[in-house]
Amino acid sequence: MKKILIIGATSAIAQAFCKRSLHNAQNDFYLIGRNAEQLELIANDLKVRGAQNVFVEAADLNTFEQHEKLIEKAQNCLKNFDWVLVAHGVLGDQKSAEHNSHQTLEIIHSNYTSQATLLNCIADKMEKMGSGVIGVLSSVAGDRGRRSNYIYGSAKAAITTFLSGLRVRLFKSNVQVLTIKMGFVDTPMTAQFSKGPLWTKPETIAMELVSLFENKKNGEYYLPFFWRYIMLVIRLLPSFIFNKMNFL
Amino acid sequence: MTKSSWGHYPKTTQNLQFLHWPPKQLPTHQTILPYGLGRSYGDSCLNDQGTLLITEKLNRFIDFDPSSGVLHSEAGVTLEDILLQFVPRGWFLPVTPGTKFVTLGGAIANDVHGKNHHAVGNWGHHIVEFTLMRTSPQEILTCNPHQNAELFYATLGGLGLTGLILSAKVKLKKIQSSQIKQDMITFNNLHEFYRLSEESCEGFEFNVAWVDCFKNSKQENRGIFFRGNFDDNQIFETHKPSRLLQVPFFLPNQTLNAFTVKAFNELYFQMHRFKAGTNLTTSYNSFFYPLDAIHHWNKIYGIQGFYQYQCVIPLDNKAALQDLFQEISNFQQGSFLAVLKVFGRIKSLGMMSFPVEGVTLALDFPVNPKSTELLNRLDEIVMKAKGRVYIAKDARMSQKAFLAYYPQFQNFLKYKDPAFSSSFLRRIS
Repeated sequence: MKKILIIGATSAIAQAFCKRSLHNAQNDFYLIGRNAEQLELIANDLKVRGAQNVFVEAADLNTFEQHEKLIEKAQNCLKNFDWVLVAHGVLGDQKSAEHNSHQTLEIIHSNYTSQATLLNCIADKMEKMGSGVIGVLSSVAGDRGRRSNYIYGSAKAAITTFLSGLRVRLFKSNVQVLTIKMGFVDTPMTAQFSKGPLWTKPETIAMELVSLFENKKNGEYYLPFFWRYIMLVIRLLPSFIFNKMNFL
Repeated sequence: MTKSSWGHYPKTTQNLQFLHWPPKQLPTHQTILPYGLGRSYGDSCLNDQGTLLITEKLNRFIDFDPSSGVLHSEAGVTLEDILLQFVPRGWFLPVTPGTKFVTLGGAIANDVHGKNHHAVGNWGHHIVEFTLMRTSPQEILTCNPHQNAELFYATLGGLGLTGLILSAKVKLKKIQSSQIKQDMITFNNLHEFYRLSEESCEGFEFNVAWVDCFKNSKQENRGIFFRGNFDDNQIFETHKPSRLLQVPFFLPNQTLNAFTVKAFNELYFQMHRFKAGTNLTTSYNSFFYPLDAIHHWNKIYGIQGFYQYQCVIPLDNKAALQDLFQEISNFQQGSFLAVLKVFGRIKSLGMMSFPVEGVTLALDFPVNPKSTELLNRLDEIVMKAKGRVYIAKDARMSQKAFLAYYPQFQNFLKYKDPAFSSSFLRRIS
């Protein structure tokens, strides 16, 4: 039985992850998310699916001062964290954010700053626990800035860098840090895009994600795996070609 | 965006609205229709030029009471998900159609039936209660046999036209094993089929038959009768969800013709004659869902799609069944998945439900003018025999035939929600 802390629990991937984690186990969950009503629906679902204890906490994660208390409370309930998944984030509206500093900050806070301060609190606890896996959902958008989403992408690049450092810090404490660089996933966040063959269902991502946690992997992973090669090509494209690519 | 039904006919275009959480309000600027997994064959799950409310993400369980077996869940939960969760705990679906890829809400909206109709009735007989979201006024109603009872009965088999089902309570069935003990018996003509049906009514919860549409040299229809019960060996194994076997693309339109279907039927019959026997143990998955093993099997009919045709003929007029086979033979238009079953006496609860006591035959044919003509002829026979055709599988019946089959339709319209509509509804009204 695992004790699992989920931040951004109402996201489609987090929901699928929780369900999948119950396949062969009866885990305990502590779910943090924005909407209390939705958290309640998820908690009921997980209980029917065999979860032992499910605690929920509604919170606005962009209120940074609360982070310490939030994680403290989660630890009081679960005692220790076997798995932590940080799954919150917003795509934002790149076009309008380019001319609106408030929106730009909102995208950066939701995708980087709030993760960073939460992870600091979580790392302190897990360092003392001396075991566990932390997984954070990053994105291939952080590998190279694109016209259509470089604000979001820059925040993802920042969290990826943050995590590579955190991994080194926690290495001695036997805590694994997973950076998950996801490609296109069919979730409410991407509802407005038309879906092609590169798109993946949250359930597929969740299946691979759970197996990374189960196998205590450490490092950066692309999900699905083929994005590693797509991004390799994209990173290698010379600027004079990349800059002319309209669809990016 | 496009969404199709399982028959890939007709082709329609509609706006898709994905419901990730129970909605606070329903849109009313366009006609709306709930859409689960689109396993209805024809146009009853489509809404050309309107909006489809996609319910597959409303797939959370709400509560389960192990003392009564009542499962409360959102309407987009699939039968497969219920099986995966509950078979290991010794529970099964009270009634199951031939595929597990349908949603709870879709099963209610079509009041689906299964191989145990003669023993336990339809899906609707096991629905304790549901919540229904309506538009005028915007409200959520609890419907059960005591509260909003008329709306409850109108919604069972109501084709999604009475409102959006948000959640439902269904009473699961206790099992002592996930395996089925089945008998496979060949029969040489319809008399033998009726005899087998009658003698199997009592001791067997499940029975169904495959029948060869093409008459043999003696001008008779042979077939294979399957009957069974759950074993009691305390083994509880779920199926392995797999997407390995699938038809990757639409096969050419002529793939299924009189020749290939005859060859298939011969092969199918001989294989089963070889395997025939009694007390054979099999998994629930291969007993109830043989076709689920081949994903997108519907694509073998080609891009133009196919018609399913399922009718029921009252037992008093069962001679009409011979007429149906005669007509099919005349047209040289065999169906390779012809299924025959006797529905029992249990009366359907839904106002527009399909099952009535009698013998039911399900067929499928590629969409082409010849099939259309054949099906119109079959309708004549079914109308004369006072039978009816299953709406969930229909894409072509005439208004006249529909009203003959479902004279209660005018009364049903009183319960329809004004914002809801479907391609099927517009076709027959």
